[in-house]
Amino acid sequence: MSTVERTATRTRRRPRTTTVVGAAVLAVLVLAALAAPLLAPHDPEAVQSTRVLGSPSASYPFGSDVLGRDVLSRVLYALRVSLTVAVSAVGVATLVAVPLGLLAGYAGGWVDSLISRPLDMLLVLPALLLAISLIAILGPGSVVAALAIAVIYLPILARVMRSSTLVVTRNEYVVVARARGAGHLRIMARHVLPNAIGPVAVQASVLTGFALQLEAALSFLGLGTQPPTPSLGGMLADGRDVLTQAPWVEVFPGLAIAVAVIAFTLLGDGLRRSLDPDGVAS
Amino acid sequence: MTAALQLDDLRVRFALGDGLVSAVDGVSLRVEPGEIVGLVGESGCGKSTLAAAVMGLLPPSTSVTGSVRVAGDEVVGLDDRRLRAMRGDRVSMVVQDPSTSLDPIWSVGDQVAETIRAHRRVGRREARAMATRLMTDVGIPAAASRYDDPPHRLSGGMRQRIVIAAALANEPALLIADEPTTALDVTIQAQILGLIRRLRDERGTSVLLITHDLGVVAQVCDRVAVMYAGQLVEVATAQELFDHPRHPYTRALLGALPGATARGERLAVIPGQVPDLAHQPRGCRFAARCALRTDVCEQAPVLEPVGASMAACWHVDQPLPSLGGAR
Repeated sequence: MSTVERTATRTRRRPRTTTVVGAAVLAVLVLAALAAPLLAPHDPEAVQSTRVLGSPSASYPFGSDVLGRDVLSRVLYALRVSLTVAVSAVGVATLVAVPLGLLAGYAGGWVDSLISRPLDMLLVLPALLLAISLIAILGPGSVVAALAIAVIYLPILARVMRSSTLVVTRNEYVVVARARGAGHLRIMARHVLPNAIGPVAVQASVLTGFALQLEAALSFLGLGTQPPTPSLGGMLADGRDVLTQAPWVEVFPGLAIAVAVIAFTLLGDGLRRSLDPDGVAS
Repeated sequence: MTAALQLDDLRVRFALGDGLVSAVDGVSLRVEPGEIVGLVGESGCGKSTLAAAVMGLLPPSTSVTGSVRVAGDEVVGLDDRRLRAMRGDRVSMVVQDPSTSLDPIWSVGDQVAETIRAHRRVGRREARAMATRLMTDVGIPAAASRYDDPPHRLSGGMRQRIVIAAALANEPALLIADEPTTALDVTIQAQILGLIRRLRDERGTSVLLITHDLGVVAQVCDRVAVMYAGQLVEVATAQELFDHPRHPYTRALLGALPGATARGERLAVIPGQVPDLAHQPRGCRFAARCALRTDVCEQAPVLEPVGASMAACWHVDQPLPSLGGAR
């Protein structure tokens, strides 16, 4: 059946204020990033020697950096890159993790071990170390950074999906579906997946915030997005040396990261609340 | 005529830590076409395991021996594909709690249609029409407008009707109803039992009704099988069972019904507990709790004709001392 019909039968509840705020802030950030070429008052990569470390003014609201580039324009473009990396990293991780976790949780036994043990091994490695190792092998850049972040979050998301599947599989309607003659694939796709995906959506939302942070960290270290393409982490690295003379170079990209992470977390928290089994019955 | 269900010496054993646990032990039972047979027993006596064995829903590690024939076809030893073809088509199941046996995110109508589409090549629209008709048949008012409702918009009784509609979708030879009314109010319970009987009358579906409630048995069953610790101890027509209970366990069960003791008196109970399935006594399994126990009970009794019934006891017709005082 189509998605349209399915959502029509789903429970509707009023979302909380924090969720709305989180979603709204995110929407603004995403729109700003998408419309960066329209919104940015200047070329983010245009060097202007007369504007070196210029303080915020009417035409340069966020001031300008060491090379006289407009900080506002750079933040907008950087947000674009950072959001793309974060969302695609978590997206890829989710796409791989959901089927793996579903199969592991539903089948159990040796299938579970075959899937879960290698993922556990990934989970043991420190995130940044894993990312740096991958980048050392594949070379720095946004795509590799996204891939590294996806690899880091894959086991976390797969675990959430697996445990959620374990809970859902124990429901009587799964046994009943089998008693009606439904096959395993059908049961997994129709009954287990839609009921088990909620916690994964929550986790993915929260992780997207962390992914943004991780991308910034990698770019700060020079391992993520490469200059001259502006990135939030790269801007933090640039602004570090001039923090006392021109704090705006550091503060605005930092704020952008903080706001984005908080928005993702609020959204995740809101999703978690709305999926809470309490209050499902009308 | 081929029986809707024929069990011959059915044994179900689980491997559990310290050895094999025998949950169903040598059960033979026949359910005729159009017959409602009650399977009665305490919690943990193996009723639901027996149902799962008939449906082929036990985990693969379970040992199932003996024979289960549904409408003449052997179920024991079937591969997964054949079992799937059978489930929901020739035999289907209604379980205890309709609030958990329906998937919360799919509409109730779709869940009825799912059974149809799992077994027949019908289009979406046709399945919808068939499901709506079934919903009307089981007494859902304005079924067409209820089709798209999620389960939580329906009351418990209505949900159980949906579950029954889904179970009957493909006109199975046998319906296994595992405590179908336990989670419902008494008035709704009577309605659901009435529905099961009406559907049997109209469609000729045989029903194996699993319950621990003798009141339910009295309302709908033609025949009754009493189960204790994995074995059948008495099989009789419902009338005969209530008029002339033969086995001390059956007699004790009837004596323990709240209506059987005078008002104000302490309710009668059966002393002791159901034996641990992993460590069954050698002889009669009820012996430890039985008021009529003698040395002969060290040997296992077999199900034998006693009057119009079948009972497995060495002391079938001896008078039972009053249960009221037994503590």
